[in-house]
Amino acid sequence: MDHFPTSWGRPRNEAYDAFNTYPLHQRPNHSKDVFADGVQRTQQPIVTGTSVLALTYKDGIMMAADNLASYGSLARFKSIQRLHAVGNSTVLGASGDMSDYQYIQTLLDELVIDEFTANDKHDLGPAEIHEYLSRVLYSRRSKMNPLWNSLLVGGKKNGKRFLAYVDLLGTTYSASTIATGYGAHIAIPLLRKAIEGRENTLTEAEARSILTEAMRVLFYRDARSLDKFQIATVNDEGVSISETITLETAWGFAEGIRGYGAQTQ
Amino acid sequence: MPDGSFAHPQQRHFNPYTENGGTILAIAGADFSVIAGDTRQSEGYSIQTRYAPKVFRLTDRAVLAVNGFAADGNMFVKKVKQRLEWYRHAHAKDMPLRAIARLIQTMLYAQRFFPYYVYNILGGIEEDGKYHTSLPSYSTAFPPHPLSRVHWIKREWKCGPKVLVANTFRLLVQLGSGAVYSFDPVGSYEREACRAAGAAQSLVQPFLDNQIYFKNQTAPAGQSHPTHLPLQDVLSIVIDSFTSATERHIEVGDGLEMYVVLAKGRSPQGLESIAGIQEVTTKSDSDRVFVIRRELKKD
Repeated sequence: MDHFPTSWGRPRNEAYDAFNTYPLHQRPNHSKDVFADGVQRTQQPIVTGTSVLALTYKDGIMMAADNLASYGSLARFKSIQRLHAVGNSTVLGASGDMSDYQYIQTLLDELVIDEFTANDKHDLGPAEIHEYLSRVLYSRRSKMNPLWNSLLVGGKKNGKRFLAYVDLLGTTYSASTIATGYGAHIAIPLLRKAIEGRENTLTEAEARSILTEAMRVLFYRDARSLDKFQIATVNDEGVSISETITLETAWGFAEGIRGYGAQTQ
Repeated sequence: MPDGSFAHPQQRHFNPYTENGGTILAIAGADFSVIAGDTRQSEGYSIQTRYAPKVFRLTDRAVLAVNGFAADGNMFVKKVKQRLEWYRHAHAKDMPLRAIARLIQTMLYAQRFFPYYVYNILGGIEEDGKYHTSLPSYSTAFPPHPLSRVHWIKREWKCGPKVLVANTFRLLVQLGSGAVYSFDPVGSYEREACRAAGAAQSLVQPFLDNQIYFKNQTAPAGQSHPTHLPLQDVLSIVIDSFTSATERHIEVGDGLEMYVVLAKGRSPQGLESIAGIQEVTTKSDSDRVFVIRRELKKD
């Protein structure tokens, strides 16, 4: 008699005798998950977002990301929003895998709702959101099942500005200006030159024009970028994410470039 | 596959580690320790930030420097601090340095088959130093802390009061000695007089061997090398180590953070005159911890 209810009513396995004493009969082995081979982990990002840029200025922090989600080299989705408000003092910017980003958004929305329902006059600020995300991303990398993103978390709460980074390995850091992806190579030198040492004097208008200029340079040089982007600001008034801005670009200079390409002098 | 053909099956492996550069270093003196690290965090050729601390105060007598994969390092420090807090709640005192060292080895070895990719250097004051020559009176030797009384009673129950007095007395007047413990990522550790680790280990350690252990130096006839250097000399050696490492290693620079741990009873001779020094001790009447910050070249 098989005393395990989970085995009752299942097709009999004629290969063994359940009443035998030797060799001891064994229950049919259900421990193997038949779908195990079908479980896939992220081994590479598929639909991706490129750089996110951020800086601190006099009244708070500012962040920019374009509206493109690429599928390899294909510009697949051209009106994706990669800046996301979390609570009323934090903004999250994401590059890397967009489906992992959307999953992170659902996690954060749940978290914010939980905090809201507690109704205890406490809410999560940017530091708490960043700590939470760094724990989630580090634990996923430790399970060898990473969330394939580089995230920027920025905000202002109780008069304190906050700007920090976390990525798929759980690596974190904070600085007065941060960029992910290609931006870390191309935009950071421009941003550091414009911002380091001026964090407390830079006006909102100046910050906006510095970011716009950096986004323009990125659009010229990063083949996975788009000329449509958004800027998020967090200051004492809270979070605001702009409408889509279209970059003005001029390509006339390309005519004069010699030395590579199709032209022969 | 978005980019590339389906011709060959692709097998990609996720690498859960990276290197974040930087260098750490610790030197033990007779009755002090200096634990230092630069503050640059980098990945490849990119500087991520100019200020990410690698040196952390654990207790009033222990400081831990962590170098390697920053995410693992931060998580490891977080867990060590948590274990020390639990110890404090259980025993109403700070964990002794040699016990912290063994704790760290256990925690590192626990991760033997998925290691924390970090090199640790623990510095501070060990409870094995010289005894005070001028003994304080019996009444001042017993601190007013209520829990020390509990300690006293327990001991009385175990052994005669004569033995008890001798034991407690000795413990209280013992002057701590400077100690440095260094670890590999899976927990092998030893106590040393000095150690450098991280990106510029290969630049700094030979310098320390020469300057601290006097390797390849011959003492003048009839004289011997000192066993311990004074604090001022050690601080100069630390600063020189980091300025030199900054010159020759791209992953070292931006800022220097030096923690100085002084044994209880040692006067902070000359330390108060150092510009920008900050005391971070939490209790009075204990070993003392100071931080000194210096700029390093940012290129």
